[in-house]
Amino acid sequence: MTKKIIAAAVLLSLFAIVGTGLVAFTYEMTKDQIAENERLALLNSLQALVPAETVNNDMPNDTIIVDDKKTFGTHVTTIYRGRKDGDPVAAVFTSIAPDGYSGKIKLLVAVRVDGTLGGVRVIAHKETPGLGDKIEIEKDDWIFDFDNKSLGNPTIDKWAVKKDGGIFDEFTGATITPRAIVNSVKRTLIYASEHKEAIYDLDKETVAEKKEGNS
Amino acid sequence: MATNYSKIIKDGIWDNNAALVALLGLCPLLAVTNTAINGLGLGLATLAVLIGSNITISLIRNIVRQEVRLPIFVLVIASFVTAVELTMNAYFYDLYKILGIFIPLIVTNCAIIGRAEAFASKNNPFDSLVDALAMGIGFALVLVVLGGARELIGSGTLFSQAHLMFGEGARGLTMSFGPDFKGVLLAILPPGAFIGLGIMLAVKNWVDQRSKNQKIQAATRKFAESSS
Repeated sequence: MTKKIIAAAVLLSLFAIVGTGLVAFTYEMTKDQIAENERLALLNSLQALVPAETVNNDMPNDTIIVDDKKTFGTHVTTIYRGRKDGDPVAAVFTSIAPDGYSGKIKLLVAVRVDGTLGGVRVIAHKETPGLGDKIEIEKDDWIFDFDNKSLGNPTIDKWAVKKDGGIFDEFTGATITPRAIVNSVKRTLIYASEHKEAIYDLDKETVAEKKEGNS
Repeated sequence: MATNYSKIIKDGIWDNNAALVALLGLCPLLAVTNTAINGLGLGLATLAVLIGSNITISLIRNIVRQEVRLPIFVLVIASFVTAVELTMNAYFYDLYKILGIFIPLIVTNCAIIGRAEAFASKNNPFDSLVDALAMGIGFALVLVVLGGARELIGSGTLFSQAHLMFGEGARGLTMSFGPDFKGVLLAILPPGAFIGLGIMLAVKNWVDQRSKNQKIQAATRKFAESSS
């Protein structure tokens, strides 16, 4: 009886080893490609907001992480900094609009150093298909309304959907989704204007160090 | 014993179809079939896992002891699913992101462990491969048909995002039925999946019933002719 149990245990552990081996092997074979995919996907979405020719630093790796749940809807917000020859150009925030119709809406918000918006993109959301999903660029060009807007254009009291007295369109049957995004973008803009120095840590030495560390 | 391959194939694709007869793997089936390409992606991933697990389990069927066979099957299937997941992440990144959680969830597709237990553990590797192909293709077909129907009715396109799977050259595969057709939203939402699957089940049963009736009628006629 004991012999039988031991034999079964040995067999089971053998298969565990072989199975883990297969997974480890596949992981080894694919991990560079996966890392490259993720890097390219990130780079693509950053370049859609901050054109490649306007910056010349390694944007995906020139980041800081800030903690401001009230503004960004999360404790961990990554900010990608775009610079040209060390001078700040634009910052891309990974903001979250926590008050979407079906949960959190993850955004990328690009704010140029002069306070205008480079653009906004939705990275992930669970809004209703056909109603709230017009925030995706594949479905509608609503999200482009944000391009080049700033805190002075429109004035701060107009930073809302039309139903709330602002200038941004809402969708038929879906007001909550655009409202959540407009408010999140507005909060991000306010944060960007209040923390400009901290965002770009305008201290050239740190920047140079960072670059070396990544190369 | 000679194996009846045409029976294995017919079983997998029609008579004993994993989705339409056994009603297995419905969770991913209902969840990802909002476009034909999503259905095809999950269908092929499931097929790949099924082939791997069926062959492996058939190869080891004589050394696996009865009392530990289920944990071993699960182990084998989970390893293959993880390998397929990593491979898709590496080479079909965009499709992988769309299918998301449903790739790892292939582990819980009862159709796979069902084939391991019911077929692969009792048959030789080649037969098990044929069975895996038939079952996997049968499952994938249901996913593609259901996905295609929901996409057509729900968004008025067919094979949208084909480039995620076949590269940029496949963009031309996408068919659109005019910008005026906005689609029936219900088809894309979860109820659309249930309704669609229900219709497919009904059609399959209707076809089976009809061919059965025809056979009976033919037999009766023959009998009547011979006795007269």
